[in-house]
Amino acid sequence: MSPMARTAPVPAATDPAIIRNFCIIAHIDHGKSTLADRMLQLTGVVQQRDMKAQYLDRMDIERERGITIKSQAVRIPWEVDGTAYCLNMIDTPGHVDFTYEVSRSLAACEGAILLVDAAQGIEAQTLANLYLAMENNLTIIPVLNKIDLPAAQPEKYAAELANLIGGKPEDVLMVSGKTGVGVEELLDQIVRELPAPKGDPNAPARAMIFDSVYDTYRGVVTYVRVVDGKLSPREKIQMMSTRATHELLEIGVSSPEPTPSKGLGVGEVGYLITGVKDVRQSKVGDTVTSLHKPATESLGGYQDPKPMVFSGLYPLDGTDYPVLRDALEKFTLNDAALVYEPETSAALGFGFRVGFLGLLHLEITRERLEREYNLDLISTAPNVEYEVTLEDKKVLQVTNPSEYPSGKIAEVREPMVSATILAPNEFVGAIMELCQSRRGILGGMDYLSEDRVEIRYRLPLAEIVFDFFDILKSKTRGYGSLDWKADGDQVADLVKVDILLQGEQVDAFSAITHRDKAYAYGVMMTGKLRELIPRQQFEVPIQAAIGARIIARESIRAIRKDVLAKCYGGDITRKRKLLEKQKEGKKRMKMVGRVEVPQEAFIAALSSDESSKDKSKK
Amino acid sequence: MPSALPLGDPAPADGVLPAQAAEGASSRKFSLYAHIPFCAVRCGYCDFNTYTATELGGGASQAAYAATAAHEVAFAARALEASGVPARPMDTVFFGGGTPTLLPAGDLTSILAAAVEQWGLADGAEVTTEANPDSVTRDSLQELADGGFTRVSFGMQSAVPHVLKVLDRTHEPARVPQAIEWAREAGLKVSVDLIYGTPGESEADWETSVRTALGYEPDHISAYALIIEEGTKLAGQIRRGLVPPIDDDDHATKYMLADELITAAGLGWYEVSNWARTPEDACQHNLAYWRGDDWWGIGPGAHSHVGGVRWWNVKHPTAYAQRLDRGESPAAGRETLDAQTREVERIMLTARLAEGIEVASLPPAGRSAVAGLIAQELVDVRLAFAGRLVLTLKGRLLADAVVRQLLAD
Ligand SMILES: Nc1nc2c(ncn2[C@@H]2O[C@H](COP(=O)(O)OP(=O)(O)O)[C@@H](O)[C@H]2O)c(=O)[nH]1
Ligand SMILES: C[S@@+](CC[C@H](N)C(=O)[O-])C[C@H]1O[C@@H](n2cnc3c(N)ncnc32)[C@H](O)[C@@H]1O
Ligand code: SF4
Ligand SMILES: [Mg+2]
Repeated sequence: MSPMARTAPVPAATDPAIIRNFCIIAHIDHGKSTLADRMLQLTGVVQQRDMKAQYLDRMDIERERGITIKSQAVRIPWEVDGTAYCLNMIDTPGHVDFTYEVSRSLAACEGAILLVDAAQGIEAQTLANLYLAMENNLTIIPVLNKIDLPAAQPEKYAAELANLIGGKPEDVLMVSGKTGVGVEELLDQIVRELPAPKGDPNAPARAMIFDSVYDTYRGVVTYVRVVDGKLSPREKIQMMSTRATHELLEIGVSSPEPTPSKGLGVGEVGYLITGVKDVRQSKVGDTVTSLHKPATESLGGYQDPKPMVFSGLYPLDGTDYPVLRDALEKFTLNDAALVYEPETSAALGFGFRVGFLGLLHLEITRERLEREYNLDLISTAPNVEYEVTLEDKKVLQVTNPSEYPSGKIAEVREPMVSATILAPNEFVGAIMELCQSRRGILGGMDYLSEDRVEIRYRLPLAEIVFDFFDILKSKTRGYGSLDWKADGDQVADLVKVDILLQGEQVDAFSAITHRDKAYAYGVMMTGKLRELIPRQQFEVPIQAAIGARIIARESIRAIRKDVLAKCYGGDITRKRKLLEKQKEGKKRMKMVGRVEVPQEAFIAALSSDESSKDKSKK
Repeated sequence: MPSALPLGDPAPADGVLPAQAAEGASSRKFSLYAHIPFCAVRCGYCDFNTYTATELGGGASQAAYAATAAHEVAFAARALEASGVPARPMDTVFFGGGTPTLLPAGDLTSILAAAVEQWGLADGAEVTTEANPDSVTRDSLQELADGGFTRVSFGMQSAVPHVLKVLDRTHEPARVPQAIEWAREAGLKVSVDLIYGTPGESEADWETSVRTALGYEPDHISAYALIIEEGTKLAGQIRRGLVPPIDDDDHATKYMLADELITAAGLGWYEVSNWARTPEDACQHNLAYWRGDDWWGIGPGAHSHVGGVRWWNVKHPTAYAQRLDRGESPAAGRETLDAQTREVERIMLTARLAEGIEVASLPPAGRSAVAGLIAQELVDVRLAFAGRLVLTLKGRLLADAVVRQLLAD
């Protein structure tokens, strides 16, 4: 067993031979943050009394959802056989929406801990991240976590892991992030097994940006991994993708609080502060070099983040529009993947069309906007970006159904993904049925172990962004897991379905769907609206239409009774309060033609949950 | 479970009212409401403030109740005087519940006597008690009449056994004509309460109930759409699927049927849920509520109104009795309405009456809503052009929507 390192290696003067850069890759909830906590504690980096669960997950929303959105890097000392080593632990985001950030974090490491919950086994994101790690030539240390759980099946899953990465089951480490069992051995193993970083200390400096975070006080904090050369305080640096130059106001390491240093050398991981205020000026994946002695070739792998999913965000209260605009502007400082532009909806008023990496990114952003800026928002049903070629050869990018051209379309292309689904083999039938119904094309199927299958499908992105994951979870009793990545596009037979209330089109409910699904969408949406819109004093027809052709219809019968007959024994106050409440309710209605539609109806109609059924009227 | 009281301002222990209560009081009418918070059983749909225990603690037993209520009468007289509100003879008195007739007739007449002693009765005053058909006898009704009561309102609810069963009503249907006959013999005017839209009640069932009630030739009929009140046993049964839910369209159909049958029998509507044989037979006490007159409500949970001040008593009979024992006001809270709120209430309350609202008395927004109301056939077109808003049959069913339009801002 190793003691805590007595003297920690000093940044900028650390021999690469004693550096180990690693990350932990795991499916969500398999215990990555908890394990990181234990490591911080064991190495003495965080004092016992400062320890709080998931120390590295800084944002409130991360704490609440128990997930990691932004990666962080921590420098920790660890002594093995009398040598003090410097370990850099890079905590990567676990969710599929942030795959690119994961891949950059991995590129900053030489090794990865493949952490698997001993009660769950391998899941789709374990696999996806493992493949990414292998593409980056990382050395993998397989670890089973949560072995303290009574439901843990260490032998079974050790075999599964060994089978997956081609080792022996006995080599799989057993730990518990909760109790700390096995964590010291794991740290020793990291020192022994992971290669030290290699680089040329005399070459022009090259450092890869693997994260970039906006901080209100310090501006953008950029996390880098130095590959060649050295970066020093006050020197001028250059971003190789844009050639923009900045002065290094501060350079340092996180341990885990930011600690300024005399610089960063080969193999080291740390942060830079240049005073820039926008993460777009310091982009994940970019290469930092020194202005005096610039490198000629970047480290490669840089990619502009590409939004995949679009949704209209509207303030419930129109007067909040400027607040929303300012909030989005601030958010983009810290989120290079977020794009937005103003849009107006006849039904919802002024808002923004916002592009996200995926559904979780959307949900988290929306929740943070609501919480941090005290906003009530409606988000329209998410959709993907279509490329529409008109007969006159003009090409349009459509991210909003209401921009979909009517008529004269030569071709529409939709984005595709390749998806990997992992589940116990008893669910194969249900999963394939789901994927087939979502226009998927089977790519292949492998048995990872006796009873666990990996199924690969190519699917239209539009088919998985909305409710696919929820349905997958329910069809597999929670055991199924999903990962996907963008995979080109394809020609598709798509149509725009409009929804009309009393003959009046409600733009917020328009959708672009595959022709075969248009009818189902029309029936679903008209049915939902019939339940959600209160009866009016006149009959309200609800129709779904493709162009001028009606494909589904419903109708809300006129209300016949709206009076409280009972006199509450002279309790007029109660009656008046009820009236005031009704009038309040009226104010929160949006008028669509003559029809009063409650805000809640928009929210419920646009959300995928089924709970709105409880509120149905007769 | 009885329903909740409103939230309001605290009420002072001496019961003295804000100054506005006294303004113009001498030209306003005055009524008394007496709440009797006891029932033999609690009906599954009912959330009124009523208790089935015979022995509530702390001077709140049924036996002690008449004396306690008489205390509040005395307290009321003192508080009104201290507030500068002149004593006026009572135009109407109404004993409601609960089941007032669960108490011996002598208790009711003694409470009435205490009030008459304080304020006196106006000429031709209406004095009503609610009664359950199985809680009266020939003798008790005679005793009530002898003690000054002029009118009795029977909770008939339905003539159909399976409907009465869902409502948890205990009386035999045949008991109703019997009780009515005794009341008539005693010289009391008779009203019957009906409830429509009970789960499981067919349109034919409802027609039977209305025709049966009309067959008794009452002076007055109230017909209430069943309200599923939160927290009641019936609400729970519906939530658990043991009883089918109620339906607004069914209510509308049954209301129209009732109006047709009752009108054909020669009674006329004077308020959304009330019909009377002649204008004099309309429940004057009920009208006092809708017209915004003054009344003092005695008893636990009772509501009062004097000149734009509304207050309500503590709900529990024990707490109520303790307050009075200490010589304190039993009021739990009150509100003093400003001019604008009083106007809102006036429109809200009088819109329901057949006498209607003077168009000229409406605020500008209300006046501009009139054309729309005519176009929607919610108010009588001829009367509207003559300057008075009176609901049509369709308008009565949508009365709350009419009020919202009149008060739209
Ligand atoms: N019993 C047990 N629970 C653990 C262990 N490690 C993590 N957990 C729990 O598993 C859940 C997910 O842990 P977290 O570290 O947030 O997972 P992450 O999503 O991979 O970062 C939390 O409720 C942890 O308390 C462990 O070793 N044993
Ligand atoms: C409070 S009760 C008192 C009279 C007496 N205890 C009785 O039940 O007949 C007065 C009337 O209110 C009506 N009522 C009570 N609860 C009701 C409800 N939930 N919905 C509609 N009407 C109701 C009944 O018609 C009842 O006759
Ligand atoms: S008898 Fe009347 S007051 Fe008593 S519980 Fe039944 S409906 Fe309510
Ligand atoms: Mg985490």
